[in-house]
Amino acid sequence: MTGAVVALAGNPNSGKTTLFNKLTGLSQRVGNYPGITVERRLARANFGEDIVLVDLPGTYSLAAQSKDEAIAFEVITGRTDDPAPTLTVIVVDASNLDRNLYLALSILELGRPCLVALNMTDAAKEAGRPVDADRLAEQLGVPVVPIVAKKGEGIDRLTAAIQSALADLPAPYARAWRLDDGEEAKIAALAEKAGHDGIALWAIASLATTSPADVPVVEAQLVAAAREHVALADAIIEKRYEVASALAVASIDRGAGEATSRSDRIDAVLLHPVLGIFAFVGVMAIVFQSIFAWAEPLMDLIEAGVGAVQGLVTETLPEGAIRDLLVDGVVGGVGNVIVFVPQIAILFLFIAVLEDSGYLARAAFISDRLMARVGLHGRAFVPLMSGFACAVPAIMAARSIESPKDRLVTILVTPLISCSARLPVYILIISALFASDETILGVFSVGGLLMLLMYFLSVVFTVGVAFAFKRTMLKSPTPPLVLELPPYRAPEPMAVARRVYERCKVFIRDAGTIILACSIVLWALVYFPREPDMEGFSPYAEAVKLRDATKAAMFTARTQKQRAEIQERSERAFERLRQRSAEKRLEKSYAGRIGHAMEPVIAPLGYDWKIGIGLLASFAAREVFVSTMGLVFGAGEDVDEEDATLRDRIASEYTPLVGLSLMIFFLLAAQCMSTIAVVKRETGSWRWPIFMLVYMNVLAWIAALIVFQGGKLLGFT
Amino acid sequence: MTLDQLPKDRPAVIRSIEGERSPVVLRLMEMGMVRGAPVSVRKRAPLGGPLELRVRDYVLSIRAADAKRFVVEVAE
Ligand SMILES: Nc1nc2c(ncn2[C@@H]2O[C@H](COP(=O)(O)OP(=O)(O)O)[C@@H](O)[C@H]2O)c(=O)[nH]1
Repeated sequence: MTGAVVALAGNPNSGKTTLFNKLTGLSQRVGNYPGITVERRLARANFGEDIVLVDLPGTYSLAAQSKDEAIAFEVITGRTDDPAPTLTVIVVDASNLDRNLYLALSILELGRPCLVALNMTDAAKEAGRPVDADRLAEQLGVPVVPIVAKKGEGIDRLTAAIQSALADLPAPYARAWRLDDGEEAKIAALAEKAGHDGIALWAIASLATTSPADVPVVEAQLVAAAREHVALADAIIEKRYEVASALAVASIDRGAGEATSRSDRIDAVLLHPVLGIFAFVGVMAIVFQSIFAWAEPLMDLIEAGVGAVQGLVTETLPEGAIRDLLVDGVVGGVGNVIVFVPQIAILFLFIAVLEDSGYLARAAFISDRLMARVGLHGRAFVPLMSGFACAVPAIMAARSIESPKDRLVTILVTPLISCSARLPVYILIISALFASDETILGVFSVGGLLMLLMYFLSVVFTVGVAFAFKRTMLKSPTPPLVLELPPYRAPEPMAVARRVYERCKVFIRDAGTIILACSIVLWALVYFPREPDMEGFSPYAEAVKLRDATKAAMFTARTQKQRAEIQERSERAFERLRQRSAEKRLEKSYAGRIGHAMEPVIAPLGYDWKIGIGLLASFAAREVFVSTMGLVFGAGEDVDEEDATLRDRIASEYTPLVGLSLMIFFLLAAQCMSTIAVVKRETGSWRWPIFMLVYMNVLAWIAALIVFQGGKLLGFT
Repeated sequence: MTLDQLPKDRPAVIRSIEGERSPVVLRLMEMGMVRGAPVSVRKRAPLGGPLELRVRDYVLSIRAADAKRFVVEVAE
């Protein structure tokens, strides 16, 4: 037997991931199922070389109401590209037996070989309701192994049970309930078409809802036939719960006391109408602060490291295009990728801790009323808020939103939130073109108010666009709030670390390659052609002239002081020449030509080709706009937004109205290749990133046009 | 009485489920809110905000509008 496949199935929060980690090594492979965004997690078992484990999405049922359930069903029954798993291990939470057994029964009824891992036996005991695994096994007719996945208890027995089940597959499960004869006859007729009783039941439950979604490719005739029997769904669900309750009653040794406790006491504070809000704001403030500020030193460190590597390459390689490609294209591009890692790591550290502890569900509960007004789920709050720091980790965080449409809406509007990379651009424009220190009403500075206006507008646009998408293209009702509030538990450091590591890895692997490729293309646009037509301007001839002039001057100089003066003047002249030729070269580069070509489009917004180059370059990252403007205006490449020369040059060429138009453009435009790359990763195709690029840039263009032309009409300059 | 009217912390049993089987209702049924299931309201957010329920052995939060579909009877 080569490659037995063992699938893990179970409810959300049943401890499935914890168990999966205990049964596998570090060799987990995380990807997506083909064509959809449900995550697919595979790994080799650590107890048998030829066993592969598949972690199915955690679900409450198999009825295909969302892609998660559909995938779980398709995998178990072998309807994906892969063969059906040899064995399915159903993870059952012993402290929540009824509901977990309901799913277990739905899976067992599909007739595939199964085994039950009874997890959280410690929590059940603590709650005064220990479960007798042997009695459950006997009643259910399926092997049941009690475990405590978190502490690793019972794992040996579970792996032994898996191996013996693989060697000698358990007999198919026989359904433990019956409807009345007439109804059973209908099911039997359907089972004939479906090929199996369990699949007939599944089809009925999947189609029973008024708006069935995501029913996977089962035979069309089966769907048609099942549709006639959807009235049976109620009875099927009730019967299964009857069996589940009876099993629970039979196998739970009822101790003293109610199953309430610590979680109730914690919720008394954290879900308190007043205290709860304070706690929520406090937690969110910490998360926000950390991705905003605490990632900063790490990012600086990465940038310094990249700089050091660039220096090293520059020193060791001979001059030429190859060296420049390596230094500015490749190493710089890699830097563009890893600079995001601190923010992603920190955000997912918090999300993992909050989720595993049980608070994330409470946070969604608290923010639900606010988000429901926009038509989104409470779970969209954390991703949207994270967008103020950076859209890249924020978009990755949107995966906690269940409904695919709502997740997509959240992903599409997140880049409208004013991220921290826009900040240097705002600062440059405000300080160059506005009297930013002037005060209004004695307390507010013009600069501060403009900044506030940008953030305010960003929220307005985000909410507005989300609202519009929810009502048109991605129309769906406000997502139902069906939110389990799991018991509070101490998160496990290893599991948290793994989640963080995994997110960073997926980002670097999937989005990183796109970012690197774009970085190299952008580098090439600025770098080539190497011998442009400089329109009579020859840096070389100018340099020779300068040198000769210096020499001549030196010749006539008498004193040491005069010589030093001449030397200094000549150095300054050389520096200016270098800048001028860089400026000219940039103008004549492909990027410069594109900038010129853009002029007809951006002129109505008040921009010239120089800003055009800046807009193009800011695709690498928005803050690159600042250094590119430095280059365009000959202020040198290493400028920042505080640079006085750059500000003066900008102030002499543009009006405040252009500045306002430009800020609005930056506020709304999709200019960040990393965001595009991560949207591609998270949505699984190029369709949505391209859509985002188009809608945001069109929106930005129109808004900037209105600001600039409207401002002109009103007589501002 | 429907579930949204159930007083806080009063154990009750679901008697019937009204109206169409929308995805939410079906999901809730599959999560254990079927006829005969014990439920109680653990917390109620003011002004029609979400309800926090105890269903079987776990805590679940749903909107009041969805709770309206479940007819309950207070258990004595
Ligand atoms: N008390 C207890 N907690 C557990 C056990 N197994 C997992 N957990 C915790 O339960 C929470 C959810 O576990 P996780 O594996 O993420 O669940 P999943 O949603 O099914 O993947 C985490 O905080 C785990 O640390 C267990 O056997 N006993």
